[in-house]
Amino acid sequence: MRSSHRTDDPTCRTDEGPTGLVRFSDLPPGVLRDIALVWLADAVVGVSFGAIAVGGGLPVWVPVLMSLLVYAGSAQFSAVGVLTAGGGPVAAAATGLLLNSRTAAFSLALADDLGRSWTARLIGAHLVTDETAAFVLAQEGRGQRKAAFWISGIGLFVAWNLSVLAGALAGSALGDTDRFGLDAAFPAVLLALVLPALRGDSAARRASAAGAVIAVIAAPLLPAGVPVLLALLGLLAARRGPRRPRTASSRSTS
Amino acid sequence: MNATLACVLALAAGTYVFRLAGPVLHGRVELPARFQEMLTVGATVLLVALLATGALTEGQGFAGWARPAGVLAGGVLAWRRAPFAVVVVGAAATTALLRLAGVR
Repeated sequence: MRSSHRTDDPTCRTDEGPTGLVRFSDLPPGVLRDIALVWLADAVVGVSFGAIAVGGGLPVWVPVLMSLLVYAGSAQFSAVGVLTAGGGPVAAAATGLLLNSRTAAFSLALADDLGRSWTARLIGAHLVTDETAAFVLAQEGRGQRKAAFWISGIGLFVAWNLSVLAGALAGSALGDTDRFGLDAAFPAVLLALVLPALRGDSAARRASAAGAVIAVIAAPLLPAGVPVLLALLGLLAARRGPRRPRTASSRSTS
Repeated sequence: MNATLACVLALAAGTYVFRLAGPVLHGRVELPARFQEMLTVGATVLLVALLATGALTEGQGFAGWARPAGVLAGGVLAWRRAPFAVVVVGAAATTALLRLAGVR
């Protein structure tokens, strides 16, 4: 599959290839395989999302429409959790929005990588997820980041929606997916994706460590979504270090 | 309008507004280089916080030992630069086997 998006702005053609189109070959070797693995893993989660929603008593159209329009796994799970627990639609929407507010931070970080045309920006915005953010941040070059965004994003969107539909139609026949250990696969995926960014950057390591501690301590005390946002306070830890130019501070201390 | 439909639409609209923040502000507001650097680190911080809470917590409680043990196994594999597939399968398999053995 290839992004159908085309840029009209000639100034960006120089750094995005002659046609402005994204190609599989723009990705470094092996990255496409990694991306495909995440498609597969997300598809399994999508099947369980569809099955759980329908198993919880919601009509098939709810998980299917939610996956197309909201398109954010954790927010969908929590919204459906609130709905099936009888928490009411307002609480369900509020919980999901709280969880998704982090996509604003991701979209700011990724703004350069969607492309310059408004079509690309408007369509691309919908594809900003934790997974695409992690894949883009793991790439170095501009063209590679853009390719990683569109290829992982479009594939993930297709995989997620097809699998949710399949799960919703299969209903609750699947049983408890936790016995496959998939709940551990996702944090591990994120860990593998952020590790390169953490290896070479001591400021990011300090900020992330502080943020993770804050989020884990806050998790039992605050509603879902808030602890992860509080983790941004960890950025203060990144600033606290000696103020030296990048070359000095990025020297590995491990 | 059906209340559930309204919930889905409100959640979808709000989420899309969050996601538009980057593309809409891009090119209109000149963000200082220092701030852009903070954004990149901030995205990493969010991902690490997600993985930490995802590994350790379920709802508002502890996720049990099997899941963090699997994530740790995946982390060690990733640190040793194992292929991505090995990291993912290693993490899931560790957790699945621990649960099979009765570790919760």
